[in-house]
Amino acid sequence: MTSADTRLQKYPVGIDSVSMAEIERRVPAGEAPPLPPNPQLAVIGKSIPRINGRAKVTGAAPFTVDVKLPGMLYARLLRSPLPHARVMSIDIGAAERHPGVRAIHVINDVVGRAVETTGQNTPAGTSGRRVLYVGDPIAAVAAVTPEAAQAAVDLIKVDYQPLAFVVDLEDARKPDAPRVFAHPVHGESFAGGNPAGTALPQQGNVRGPNKSGSRGDAAAGFADADVVIEGEFRTQVQTHCCLEPHGLVADWRKDGLTVYMSTQFTAGIRAELAAAFGLPLSRVRVIVDAMGGGFGSKSSAGNYARAAVTLSRQANAPVRLVLDRHEEQIDSGNRPATVQRLRVGARRNGTLTAIAIDTYGTSGVGLGAGIGNFAQAIYDCANFELVQSDVFINAGPGCAMRAPGNVPGAFALEQTIDELAEKLGMDPLTLRGRIDLSAVRREERRIGAARFGWNRRRAPGSDSGPIKRGLGMAQSLWGANVRTNSACEVRIFRDGSVEVLSSVQDIGTGIGTVLAQVVAEELGLRPEDITVRIGDTEYPAGPPSYGSLTTASITPPARNAAYQVLRKLIEIAAPSFAAAAGNLAARAGRISTADNSRSIGFREAAAQLPTDQIGVVASRSDDYADFARKMGDMASAQNALGGVQFAEVAVDTETGIVRVERVVAVQDCGRPMNPLQIESQVQGGILQGISYALFEERILDRHTGHMLNANLEQYKILRSRETPAIEVHLLENYQGMSATDAYGIAEPSNIATAPAIANAVYNAIGVRLRQLPMSPAAVLAALGRIPQRSGPT
Amino acid sequence: MLDTTLPDFLASDAQAAERDAVGPGPVPLTLDVNNVSHSLFIEPKTTLAEALRDSLDLTGTKVGCDRGACSACTVWLDGKPIAACMMLAIDVGSRKITTIEGLAHGDELHPVQSAFIAHDAVQCGFCTPGLVMSCAALLESNPTPTIDDIKAATSGHLCRCGTHPHVHDAMLDASRIRKT
Repeated sequence: MTSADTRLQKYPVGIDSVSMAEIERRVPAGEAPPLPPNPQLAVIGKSIPRINGRAKVTGAAPFTVDVKLPGMLYARLLRSPLPHARVMSIDIGAAERHPGVRAIHVINDVVGRAVETTGQNTPAGTSGRRVLYVGDPIAAVAAVTPEAAQAAVDLIKVDYQPLAFVVDLEDARKPDAPRVFAHPVHGESFAGGNPAGTALPQQGNVRGPNKSGSRGDAAAGFADADVVIEGEFRTQVQTHCCLEPHGLVADWRKDGLTVYMSTQFTAGIRAELAAAFGLPLSRVRVIVDAMGGGFGSKSSAGNYARAAVTLSRQANAPVRLVLDRHEEQIDSGNRPATVQRLRVGARRNGTLTAIAIDTYGTSGVGLGAGIGNFAQAIYDCANFELVQSDVFINAGPGCAMRAPGNVPGAFALEQTIDELAEKLGMDPLTLRGRIDLSAVRREERRIGAARFGWNRRRAPGSDSGPIKRGLGMAQSLWGANVRTNSACEVRIFRDGSVEVLSSVQDIGTGIGTVLAQVVAEELGLRPEDITVRIGDTEYPAGPPSYGSLTTASITPPARNAAYQVLRKLIEIAAPSFAAAAGNLAARAGRISTADNSRSIGFREAAAQLPTDQIGVVASRSDDYADFARKMGDMASAQNALGGVQFAEVAVDTETGIVRVERVVAVQDCGRPMNPLQIESQVQGGILQGISYALFEERILDRHTGHMLNANLEQYKILRSRETPAIEVHLLENYQGMSATDAYGIAEPSNIATAPAIANAVYNAIGVRLRQLPMSPAAVLAALGRIPQRSGPT
Repeated sequence: MLDTTLPDFLASDAQAAERDAVGPGPVPLTLDVNNVSHSLFIEPKTTLAEALRDSLDLTGTKVGCDRGACSACTVWLDGKPIAACMMLAIDVGSRKITTIEGLAHGDELHPVQSAFIAHDAVQCGFCTPGLVMSCAALLESNPTPTIDDIKAATSGHLCRCGTHPHVHDAMLDASRIRKT
């Protein structure tokens, strides 16, 4: 940046409850001026009710499953009933003759899984591909009614040659196990938080080891250690269970493709479908209004959206394809299982000398069963060794799920750190105070301990009766992620109305409300004065709703666009009340001089526009002090996100039932934009964490390869009765890094919960549970009251 | 919450078995929904949820599992919450159906709806209509519910986003407002 297109500005920095200071930053000239801390603002930082709240409580909010187009057809998928088979032939003749059928598509190219370098799709002597798991999509049918589509699917005759299969993680690792893939595979996956790695060795079903991320000399570190803690931890497969199923309506026309889709990333789906169907970006439009949950699983188009688009092109009509709950459970992604062997070495004063983790896991037929960057980055330790492998089984591919990698990673490491503290005779908070360099988490531990009443904690197993209570805590680490390819337009109309436009989608986080707040603050208006138009790729391309990066990516350009369009308005209106444009600001519905001596109403000013509307598009600038990492469109800010959670549990040692009675969470997300919505997010992260810790588990039948609990009654999820008292405290952490200084919250709130509960369970009963879920059977087995069960699938 | 007493429609199922069989083709029937009588011509296998969503365009009633496990499709049958995916439209008979679209009085929201907005008891919003119907039904029968009453009344509802704490706050608030 040259000094001509930059300027120096002073920004508030610091944690509100610790101390505030100022720092000077050189910023691009188009940036809005520094925002003061939240208490000095009118709209940002206030708990504004969400703008689509009324639509959602009255049933008026339009979800993808509610979209109906004239002449719309209904599609169903034919899925493999076998966990592993060659498709010798497919006969669609009878299905074609069904009177309701309008199009049939046999799926030959599949996406979203590991891909063999050679030979997977068309084995010699067969007409089709190999299917790799129960639920693997084979064909799709579009018909005039859902019933006709299903009837036609049932008429498709597939000749399968069954092949040997394996769905158990430990069985799959054996040298003589049936092979899921016969050849080396490659592919992309963020199911484990970090990229899955390339050019790794592959033996049988085991791909790895991947040693990237290691540093220092672990052997030397262990030689230096006074104490070494070792343990093996197992985490289960969790499914996303979005309440709105995956689905879309694809409308292929001569002049382009329009897709109404329940997705976390409209702009990404546009790019993916444009590439898949050879269309220019300008001829693909993706739309989502209300969106019923994604949690990582609705980030890409997948096989189902490609099938629906293909059917629409063939039938020359709109096609609706919505998965049912069984399909959701077996083929819409999942959080991979892990087995983690940890060794942590430390000196007597707590200083860590080495961390070594040997981990494997399974993402089914996908890649990326890793453990993220939690153990790698949260504590100060020069010597870190990571050995990760993927194990393939004949099950649906995993994908990113809320804080991928770091959720299972934290479960293992945070328990190991507690074990270390006990061995050293230190309080878990004292040890973390020694090994955790984060000033943010230091303050979070201080606030959380006081609010929670950490000083009530007693020695493990102190209660004498059958119901034993315990207290535990654990910490979070997540990247402060940003997508720089994020744009937003703000328009002012001649009647004084204002619009903010971006393809960014609201998946339930309330980003539309936050955009209204940002623009209202800058223009001196009320949030209800701002019309929010989002979830449509006709608008400037916004960020995805994953990686906890949405607020960090789209609020700075929204504010900058509002600032710049306001400068245009001021230039036009200033002469009418004899004011110098540079001296004017917008507040309380007026444009005023700094001393408030002269002003004009916002509407009066807008009435002077020479055209019906003016607008400015802005995109995400780099963080002012640069990013810690930047690769293509994606970047991470210098200061990672923290979070500390405390849990109080009651363990019934006769039934094995663990009840979480209270959780205190202290979280940070830079500048909090809407505290009530953030509290909702944090509560959701905690409740999903409790559910992961105690209830959820995909169970595969090793004899058939079928999921035995592919529904919502036997796949157990926390509901209202299991909801504890939750207290959320938010830090305001200003860093002077962008026009809003706001970062994400969804994922960091989901990381510390399960290990905090596990540490509390240990404190209650004096026995450590190293396996998820901590079901009644697991608790009773840990207490020695029933035999240990075998490992999870 | 689903009514755990013996549901009326079991009795009406038994009566239906004694009548002449109908279907599989469409049959005429009348549904009283939100105090409006609708004449429909639908197949007997059509569930109430399908009739509401597909025939009457009342898409506020959501289907999350289609087998009575998530309660997203909760509507009122003569004022009591039921899972609309678990009842055939033909078995409703003359009983009155109330859906989320019929809960507000014109522009005036039901107190539960207002409280849900004020307490942000809404995230993605897909489970929200069903939750609102169960919560509103609870207030009709018990104007001063305890937190345990509220948890029991909503225990059948799956909310994957985890709005439960704010739902509880909203309900306690709505019952206070009703009392004053």
